[in-house]
Amino acid sequence: MLGFALGRLLQALGVLLVASFLTFTLVFLLPADPARMVAGPSASVQTVNSIRRELGLDRPFLAQYAGYLGRLTGLDLGRSYKQNSPVRDLIASRIGPTFQLMLGAIALELLIGLPLGIWAALKRGRWPDTLVMGLAFIGAATPQFWLALSLVYLLAYRFALFPLGGYGGLSHLILPALTLGIGGAGWYARMLRASLLDVLDQDYIRTARAKGQRPAGVLVGHALRNATLPVITMIGLDIGTFMGGVVVVESVFGWPGLGRLVWDAIRVVDIPVIVGVVIFSAAVITLANLLADLVHPFVDPRIRYR
Amino acid sequence: MRRTIPRAVPAALLMSLSLAATQTASAQTPARGGSIVVSYKDDVTTLDPAIGYDYQNWPIEKMVFDGLLDYAPGGTTLQPRLAAKMPTVSKDGLTYTFTLRPGVKFHNGRELVADDVVYTLTRVLDPKTKSPGQSFYTGIKGAQAFVDGKAKTVSGLKASGKYGLSITLEAPNAAFLNIMAMNFAYVVPKEEVAKAGGDFGHKPVGSGPFTLSKWVSGQSLEFKRNPAYFYNSLPYLDGVTIKVGLDPSVAFLSLTRGEVDLLGDGIPPAQFLQVVKDPRYRANILNKTSVNTSYLSLNTQVKPLSDVRVRQAINMAIDKTKLVRIINGRAQVAKTYLPPLMPGYDAGAKGYAFDPAGARKLLAAAGLSKGFDTVLYTNSTDPNPRLAQSIQQDLAAVGIRASIKSQAQSTVIEAAGTKGAAPMVWSGGMAWTQDYPDPSDFYWPILSCRSAVSGGWNWPWYCDKALDARADKADRMVAPGQQAARLNEYKAIFAALDKQAVWVPIYHEVRHVMHSDKLVGTAADLLDPIHFISYERLSVKK
Repeated sequence: MLGFALGRLLQALGVLLVASFLTFTLVFLLPADPARMVAGPSASVQTVNSIRRELGLDRPFLAQYAGYLGRLTGLDLGRSYKQNSPVRDLIASRIGPTFQLMLGAIALELLIGLPLGIWAALKRGRWPDTLVMGLAFIGAATPQFWLALSLVYLLAYRFALFPLGGYGGLSHLILPALTLGIGGAGWYARMLRASLLDVLDQDYIRTARAKGQRPAGVLVGHALRNATLPVITMIGLDIGTFMGGVVVVESVFGWPGLGRLVWDAIRVVDIPVIVGVVIFSAAVITLANLLADLVHPFVDPRIRYR
Repeated sequence: MRRTIPRAVPAALLMSLSLAATQTASAQTPARGGSIVVSYKDDVTTLDPAIGYDYQNWPIEKMVFDGLLDYAPGGTTLQPRLAAKMPTVSKDGLTYTFTLRPGVKFHNGRELVADDVVYTLTRVLDPKTKSPGQSFYTGIKGAQAFVDGKAKTVSGLKASGKYGLSITLEAPNAAFLNIMAMNFAYVVPKEEVAKAGGDFGHKPVGSGPFTLSKWVSGQSLEFKRNPAYFYNSLPYLDGVTIKVGLDPSVAFLSLTRGEVDLLGDGIPPAQFLQVVKDPRYRANILNKTSVNTSYLSLNTQVKPLSDVRVRQAINMAIDKTKLVRIINGRAQVAKTYLPPLMPGYDAGAKGYAFDPAGARKLLAAAGLSKGFDTVLYTNSTDPNPRLAQSIQQDLAAVGIRASIKSQAQSTVIEAAGTKGAAPMVWSGGMAWTQDYPDPSDFYWPILSCRSAVSGGWNWPWYCDKALDARADKADRMVAPGQQAARLNEYKAIFAALDKQAVWVPIYHEVRHVMHSDKLVGTAADLLDPIHFISYERLSVKK
């Protein structure tokens, strides 16, 4: 297990290296000049050139990238071109809200999606199954922007049950988490249903039933444990997705997460912030997937890492 | 007081409509105390006056910092602020002598002195600062040598004693005092810049009417009244909170519920028509024409646009009224390059009338009776692609086949600043807005030979050395008695440009602001042509 974990950590370093290089290359290839975006419309060409030199953007691509990697080894993500603040500080200020939104969203996805998935699987081919799958499809297909604004209007404005937006306590978290949760719950419901149907057809489930175990006991004690493996994998993926930021929901609700930070950076070609957030997100995704893989043997003892 | 919103608004949340607006003003005797909440969609990037340079930064920087000079509220007349009086100017028009007000304190308690002004301007010029405003101040004697690293100080900046300051220029510049009133020249204390370690933009300390008390990245900025502020018993408010990241539609709902007092981004397009037509909101909405021009640039270096007749034909082919309708009427049709509030604006200018038949005749005279193919660049943010499509249709009606390239703003800017790359550029989202109220600001950065360079902002790539010489000569007219003649000369310069048809000036935006019932502010305070919002002059009903 330890060897497996170390191997995966080395893999993760490789992933981060590739992610940083690809992002750096893509941003470098953009037909846009960060120095001009920093300088603004009234700056003379001489001022733009002077800013370009100060930012080190006049150096060749590989020299810029090598310099970036050198700083990265000291966990220095550089300074934002536009804000002049250390990127590390900017990311750090957004981790808390992003983490809260991620936990809230995943909790709601599971709370809504898992019971519906179980219900659909147990009522296979009957109206509850059709209803759940229909709802799951609608939930997954609903545009986030529309859903977010509708929830704001109905629950925050019309009935004044929640704040209209912004960041604060639990009441501020519910609507953005629900927006993400409704969409994600559909996927969880569909996945658990499929996985559970597969498990319920296995021989050991038939044996458990034949031995006279109650349906609830069979479901919780035998079926669910194995059926949740893909759900755990999906939670790992979700952690990565949400930690990378969710631009639309954060923008509508004024949630100060990483999504908005990187979106603002993209608009003004703020390369250090863009690359910094990508590297951070890649690190989180890799780590989350590693954790999901490490949890699998505890859920299903048949899985062993050597 | 809370307001309810009409039931029809949910539908308005999801669609755009069209306009007519009302003009009111809450002119009441300002009461002292209270606080307001202002909403913005985008985060505030920095409050370093040497760096922050957009419609959102400017008014907020003005809360924390002061310049030697400022403008009369809502107008373009310069007044002393940190300066005790207007400066004296030497006979040759090169040296400005300022006397500072004694006893003005920075927020850290230290007195503001002339050395601070010298430090401030030197810092803006220093390439390490990366100030977008550097080029405004390179006309100071010795500034270019300092920028190039050939001198350690700027020879034209001299402090004499605590309150005396002289600034000597390389050449007379009639707009120099306007430049001294810009945010870049807001005075900063050296020790606080050093203490912030490169992050002064997030830890600003100035001498202004408010102090920054709290800044939570991506959420809000909180300002408190500076009790020691020296000017005209300002400000009236005890506090201002800037909430960032709120979607404009959500911000609007927040305002109707009394949680927000001012929509920094204005009324969202989706609700615009409904809101301005609702009599209940009449007292909450103010509007004013901005000092900017949205235009279609015509690249004089690209055939067949190099032929003035073709450019004139394009000017005649475009229905500007239709374009204004597309943006719900939130603009005034432009007849010339300068906006109406800009000194030097020619009220008698007629521009080119919408005349497709005349346009076709001109094209035929240019040997293009079958039209031609060209490319129109536009920023991809709504409503610009829709506006570009309208221009495309108008051009098609006279035989010009324009294909639209709708791209990110930074990409459009890059193409427009590359010689021969962009035949036509719609400036929507990148309209030229005054840096300061002087016509030279509409000439040198965007229409002169010095800006017709790679990476410049002269998108028509038009260079007329004779016009440059005339503008240069006009800028040397610094004596008070020469000002009318100077403005007339600029009128003539822009008339010449109009004849050359290097732009199609389309419209001047009309800004609308919406405020809560409790906020008290006039159009001069909330739609200031320079500062946009004068927070120091706002108050709340008691």
